[in-house]
Amino acid sequence: MKTRKRSNAPIFWGLFGAGGMLAALFGPMLVFITGVAIPLGLLLPSGTMSYPKMLAFAQNFIGKGFIFVIISLFLWHAAHRIFHSLHEIGIHAGFGAKLLTYGVAFAGTVISATVLLGIGF
Amino acid sequence: MSEQKVIEIEVLRYKPESDQEPHSEVYKVPFTDDMSVLQGAQYIKDYFDGSLTFRWSCRMAICGSCGMMINGIPKLSCETFLRDYYPNRITLEALANFPIEKDLVVDLSGFIEKLEAIQPYIIPKEPRTLEQGEYLQTPEQFNQYIQFTSCINCTLCYAACPQVGLNPDFIGPGAMALLHRYNMDSRDGGQAQRMELVASEEGVYNCSAVGYCSEVCPKHVDPGNAVNVNKINAAKDYFLRFLSPKGGAQ
Amino acid sequence: MGGWWKKNPFYVEYMVHESTALFVAAYAITLLVGVVRLGQGEAAWNGWLEAMKSPLSIVAHLAFMVAIAYHAFTWFKLFPLTMPPIIVNGKKVEPEVVVGSGWTAAILAALALLGIVWRIAA
Repeated sequence: MKTRKRSNAPIFWGLFGAGGMLAALFGPMLVFITGVAIPLGLLLPSGTMSYPKMLAFAQNFIGKGFIFVIISLFLWHAAHRIFHSLHEIGIHAGFGAKLLTYGVAFAGTVISATVLLGIGF
Repeated sequence: MSEQKVIEIEVLRYKPESDQEPHSEVYKVPFTDDMSVLQGAQYIKDYFDGSLTFRWSCRMAICGSCGMMINGIPKLSCETFLRDYYPNRITLEALANFPIEKDLVVDLSGFIEKLEAIQPYIIPKEPRTLEQGEYLQTPEQFNQYIQFTSCINCTLCYAACPQVGLNPDFIGPGAMALLHRYNMDSRDGGQAQRMELVASEEGVYNCSAVGYCSEVCPKHVDPGNAVNVNKINAAKDYFLRFLSPKGGAQ
Repeated sequence: MGGWWKKNPFYVEYMVHESTALFVAAYAITLLVGVVRLGQGEAAWNGWLEAMKSPLSIVAHLAFMVAIAYHAFTWFKLFPLTMPPIIVNGKKVEPEVVVGSGWTAAILAALALLGIVWRIAA
């Protein structure tokens, strides 16, 4: 009887799915707000992301959690998809590919957690 | 009297006993609007080259024998019609992602092994005697799995799946459709036993939701759905295995 | 098997929607840089805000928007493939309804987010 190895994919697939759902629901509007509306003062005042306001948001439990979840899950979603796309265009599942994708997601998760906790409550 | 229409059919030929590599031959086939691509191949065999080799049987899209690549798309040749390609040339090749045995015939042994591996039979929830009589099943229970019983093992879905192409060990859409057919049957209790394969490195996580398998399926089985729904089941098995006394699939 | 995906429009579209991940990553990294700058104090944060106003950044974010909106569109379009059957009142929900509901949820979520930010900003 052939012994099969259990795949650890569920972890990364789960993160991919969660990140993908968040990106699908909130991605376009988040990009619009932070990258177009506020910088241009369109629909929202330019001061919406002023330092005092953003600091307060990041120090708030919910705000901190929101920022962390968005950055982290978007990165895990992208990492999983890009890793598989590399495989599909012939760049295979080597350690380098994993480092470039999941490694970046992991680093981003750690960095954002560290900074957000450092900002305090 | 209208003129006889002639269509060019290019066939990828390969004789294992003499050819190093496949090569193309073009045949000018006279046809009428009612003729299928299968009939075009039969014309070539009858009038041009008796050695042209291809599988076929029912010629009504139920036996699953006549699958081939028609202009690069996996189709059943008996339900694909020459008139829809005329006046352009049709190219016929053996189904993608399988080793070619000869001409349009592929080696399906890998697929057969995958079908056997998923335990394609009712594994009863508990032992049952004849005296207990037949299983009873409501229409709702029947609807849970009936769609997945329609698979005719034509393997168009394997030809369609790029992940099968990249990893021939991937269990693949057709086998997963059959696995799902049994898992979803109320008479069956074999989900845990089948999970080892589903959750393995040859299992469902090879799938990247391309969805082309379901697109090409001639019987609308939706094998892609069978694969993807089992990603959820395998994830549950992965994360909850330490809670169950039996520890889930090993 | 190089270039297998170029041979069929179905595969081409697949690669296009997969590639939206590059834009999701780019945006997430943009935000990550922002968070780091926020942690470095007011001057650093204002530097990031200024960078967001540059024409390059605006154009990049418009590209991110298009790509991530396409991600959202295809994400829900794939629900009939990826989701188990959804039963409401004993009947299976039609695929078109599942997809439409997903798109609707995305639009509502976007509007809700805009509304919340508007309230906070005021």
